[in-house]
Amino acid sequence: MTDKTPIVVMKGITIEFPGVKALDGVDLTLYPGEVHALMGENGAGKSTMIKALTGVYKIDAGSIVVDGKPQQFNGTLDAQNAGIATVYQEVNLCTNLSVGENVMLGHEKRGPFGIDWRKTHEAAKKYLKQMGLEHIDPHTPLSSISIAMQQLVAIARAMVINAKVLILDEPTSSLDANEVKDLFAIMRKVRDSGVAILFVSHFLDQIYEITDRLTILRNGKFIKEVMTKDTPRDELIGMMIGKSAEELSQIGAKKARREITPGEKPIVDVKGLGKKGTINPTDLDIYAGEVVGFAGLLGSGRTELGRLLYGADKPDSGTYELNGKQVSINDPYTALKNKIAYSTENRRDEGIIGDLTVRQNILIALQATRGMFKPIPKKEADEIVDKYMKEMNVRPADPDRPIKNLSGGNQQKVLIGRWLATHPELLILDEPTRGIDIGAKAEIQQVVLDLASKGMGVVFISSEMEEVVRLSDDIEVLKDRHKIAEIENDDTVSQSTIVETIANTNVNN
Amino acid sequence: MADKKQEDKNNVFKKLLGSNLTVEAIALVLLILLCTLFDHGFLALSWNDNTGGLAGPLITMLQESARYLMIATGMTLVISTAGIDLSVGSVMAVAGAAAMQALNGGMNVWLAILLAIVIGVIVGCINGALIAFLGLQPFITTLIMMLAGRGLAKVITSGENTDASAVAGNEPLKWMANGFILGIPANFVIAVVIVILVGLLCRKTAMGMFIESVGINPEASRMTGIKPKKILFLVYAISGFLAAIAGLFATASVMRVDVVKTGQDLEMYAILAVVIGGTSLLGGKFSLSGSAVGAVIIAMIRKTIITLGIDSAATPAFFAVVVIVICVMQAPKVRNLSAELKRKRALKAQAKAVAA
Amino acid sequence: MTTATATPAKKAAKKTRRLDAQMIPTIAAVVIFILMIIMGQALFGTYLRLGFISSLFIDHAYLIILAVAMTLPILTGGIDLSVGAIVAITAVIGIKLANAGVPAVLVMVIMLLIGAVFGALAATLIEEFNMQPFIATLSTMFLARGIASIISTDSLTFPDNNNFDVISDEIKIIDNPKISNDLSFNLGVVIAIVVLIGGYILLHHTRTGRTIYAIGGSRSSAELMGLPVRRAQFTIYITSATLAALASIVYIANIGSAKNTVGVGWELDAVASVVIGGTIITGGFGYVLGSALGALVRSIIDPLTADFGVPAEWTTIVVGLMILIFVVLQRVVTAVGDKK
Repeated sequence: MTDKTPIVVMKGITIEFPGVKALDGVDLTLYPGEVHALMGENGAGKSTMIKALTGVYKIDAGSIVVDGKPQQFNGTLDAQNAGIATVYQEVNLCTNLSVGENVMLGHEKRGPFGIDWRKTHEAAKKYLKQMGLEHIDPHTPLSSISIAMQQLVAIARAMVINAKVLILDEPTSSLDANEVKDLFAIMRKVRDSGVAILFVSHFLDQIYEITDRLTILRNGKFIKEVMTKDTPRDELIGMMIGKSAEELSQIGAKKARREITPGEKPIVDVKGLGKKGTINPTDLDIYAGEVVGFAGLLGSGRTELGRLLYGADKPDSGTYELNGKQVSINDPYTALKNKIAYSTENRRDEGIIGDLTVRQNILIALQATRGMFKPIPKKEADEIVDKYMKEMNVRPADPDRPIKNLSGGNQQKVLIGRWLATHPELLILDEPTRGIDIGAKAEIQQVVLDLASKGMGVVFISSEMEEVVRLSDDIEVLKDRHKIAEIENDDTVSQSTIVETIANTNVNN
Repeated sequence: MADKKQEDKNNVFKKLLGSNLTVEAIALVLLILLCTLFDHGFLALSWNDNTGGLAGPLITMLQESARYLMIATGMTLVISTAGIDLSVGSVMAVAGAAAMQALNGGMNVWLAILLAIVIGVIVGCINGALIAFLGLQPFITTLIMMLAGRGLAKVITSGENTDASAVAGNEPLKWMANGFILGIPANFVIAVVIVILVGLLCRKTAMGMFIESVGINPEASRMTGIKPKKILFLVYAISGFLAAIAGLFATASVMRVDVVKTGQDLEMYAILAVVIGGTSLLGGKFSLSGSAVGAVIIAMIRKTIITLGIDSAATPAFFAVVVIVICVMQAPKVRNLSAELKRKRALKAQAKAVAA
Repeated sequence: MTTATATPAKKAAKKTRRLDAQMIPTIAAVVIFILMIIMGQALFGTYLRLGFISSLFIDHAYLIILAVAMTLPILTGGIDLSVGAIVAITAVIGIKLANAGVPAVLVMVIMLLIGAVFGALAATLIEEFNMQPFIATLSTMFLARGIASIISTDSLTFPDNNNFDVISDEIKIIDNPKISNDLSFNLGVVIAIVVLIGGYILLHHTRTGRTIYAIGGSRSSAELMGLPVRRAQFTIYITSATLAALASIVYIANIGSAKNTVGVGWELDAVASVVIGGTIITGGFGYVLGSALGALVRSIIDPLTADFGVPAEWTTIVVGLMILIFVVLQRVVTAVGDKK
């Protein structure tokens, strides 16, 4: 296949942000008629690489050649004009416009009196048909169709600009199995028409199903380019995380299960807790000193259930018992008052308060529970900040630095410190290890175990099932907004147990 | 060791130079110098036995600055939450109209003052409720209130410019605007005391941190147990309260409300004072002391315009230019430009070092 | 997707319901307009007279132009607070120039150019220096009003026999014995209608117009789709400011005089017209035709309150309340839409 002429050659791409080299001399070559996957862990530089190719970021060093022509992208329009189209994870279309308008936006057919809407909608229909969307009327508002279909609409749009390269950034993360199948059918069709597809996904099965070639990145560095069919899975994973297959199997022995003594009362006992459109009514109990894992794919309801437990969203059904007492947790304040804390998966938007200092970020939740006009005495505050910065090993150890200047892992540690400072009985950790380096990851995992051993109830939510299996006593498996199974974790349970459970359970919606 | 000390000194110097307050102080001094050049008597202070206070151009400037101090303080808190309060000028007119009309109607002067303040707080609370609980955009909500407030002031006085200077027993209010405490204008002293109280309220309790937190990231703030809606409501209520006091200062100096001119354009002055003071219009960290000095600078600019003999009609245009210049300087593009220049210089120095 | 083929009928039903929700404010505006006319006619008997309708259009042609102008920035979620002040500065300069003997056509061109310059300044501040639209246009508003005040604070009048009369001269269509029954219009009304049609074509039949809607839907999406967002933003603010200058021409031609304080609060009348006409204040949805209707609703408030004997001071409160009610209505409609 290497005899083909590449359509895109990126060489030695380097992008620097203040203080960090996000990309350090990365190469990427895309061939027409191939699906190419960009592989790597969170923070490996995949999205930065995509943004370099789509003109969102300017490159500090290296070269981009598209179709034999060297390119200097100064914006997304330049990249598009060079024939590069992108469909992002959060579909970037305009929900206030119709499907047809979105497909044709910027490329409307024009007649003597400006835009000719009849022709434009006909053209839109043609492109939609290519995507297997002939049943959608172009006049339908975009907001009324599903995310999966919106994604196909976005691909249809890419066809309008006659793209030579189609970039799909995690398109499958919120799709169900059937939707993924449809998407892949379209992808094959587009590929066979000679378009180069760059595909990013976290799901290994999908990678092996659809891709021809892989480029592996780690910590902003180029590792290797390989053919998918010649690369065994464990070797691929090894390259992604920088450890050999043997080393991998040795990471982290499973934690010993905490046995519940008969007659013991749980801290949290919820029955039928749910909210329409986010998570169906769910029963759940959590005991002191127990780690309960929520496993499931993105959109399965794992985050949504965590948010309901914390009152970040208001439940519309169910009962909530805390240490045997009926409570109603409708907002975070009430949750914190009742000694429940929740660390969000969305650190940047819902976690850190960027311009405030590390110190303020640690104290703020405790302060909020005490009330605005009862400031924490300075001495006590100093002690708390000092304690949790040490306990969580926050680097740099400067409490007066704005938190936004810390690395992701250290921001996460500060946030966990914030929640610990409120002395919770139940701590819900949603993706606490996402997007942070391996060292910080191990530290945070250790903290989870320590907290449980001290008697705290911990809910551990993660998209990395391996991590869930290793840390949890009980695993709640979620799929399509339902809790589908509760697995008592022991030596017979592994990552594949959960994957099979998810694959083999049908949810009746 | 000596090097290190030198470095420390340099750092302190740099910090001082980089601090917004220093820049403001320099600007203030320059303006005063400019005025003194044009009017050699500008710095002259004399004792006026009739009023029992100091007199001179600087003193009238301080007297005028009192109202700006009030609205700038309220505006600072509002802007910190990433909002804006365009209704402060109108609230001044409403409060002033209410006080003057009440005095004319024979109300006790203290009750009249209280009435004005209560009305200001109510208007602020309406702003706050619409923005916090209904989720309307701050600028459109307060823009409506700016319009409706002006109408309300006219309704209160039936369209007249109510004059209460002849009403007996209005002395306390008159004193508030024109009196002196230890020779210093009473309204300035009162305003400074209020600014300090608000400052203490913000910094000695968690209020300041909560306000900044909501301005920086409302959703993250909610997740920490803060109730952003309450905070938003609070800042607009405070802004209304302070604008009412500003309205009393503005009307009591002549004991007359001008339903068109009282507080006219003052929302712009307040925004300008806040921007000069170093609080970003995008919300977040705020500096009350910065805004306070900013408010004095506003008064000083107005005084300068008068001293230099420029038509006072030019004031709004002049202020608009200042706002534009400051916002342009704060723009990421310009900042990046200077950062880029610095980086290039550093690279050059590095290259030189390597070559050497 | 497997279910999609089975439910096109359901989809279609959903679509109409949704569009209906978006149309509620516009429909409300139509209803209010008709109710106001009926109420006025029933109580005072003058509101259906041809003369009343003629003067409604002739006297408020400038507001229709301003409403169209304001629709553009509001569709993107922005605003142009400078329109009233641009009317003032162009009016003052225009009449000064006319008095200095500059030919009317040249005066008008200069006025339009001044408007365009202020629009370009606002757009530059917004696009190049990341200022929020309301701050940028608030600044240009003060700048324009300030310069107008520097030029003159007197009440200026046109010299006799200036060619601005062309715009204000009334053309009678139906000549009745009673003047109040005449149906007439003038060039100002024609200009307003042309602007309205132009606005419609710009928004619905040009790519720039589609970009404006796209920005209102999601600016970041519009940028990622490679739409010329910056160019559209410049187009918007230059157009709105130039149209404000055009409104000034129509207005001073009608009135024959102007002062530096003309147009105070007009930005709010324009915002009121746009919002009453159904354009969502946060952008993305709206129609220029609705804005024109909103301008008529706004215009009819004055005679109606006067006939009811409501003191003029109340007018601003009524207008303020109307904007507020419509903005809240929009908020409720979008909130309900989001929930669905």
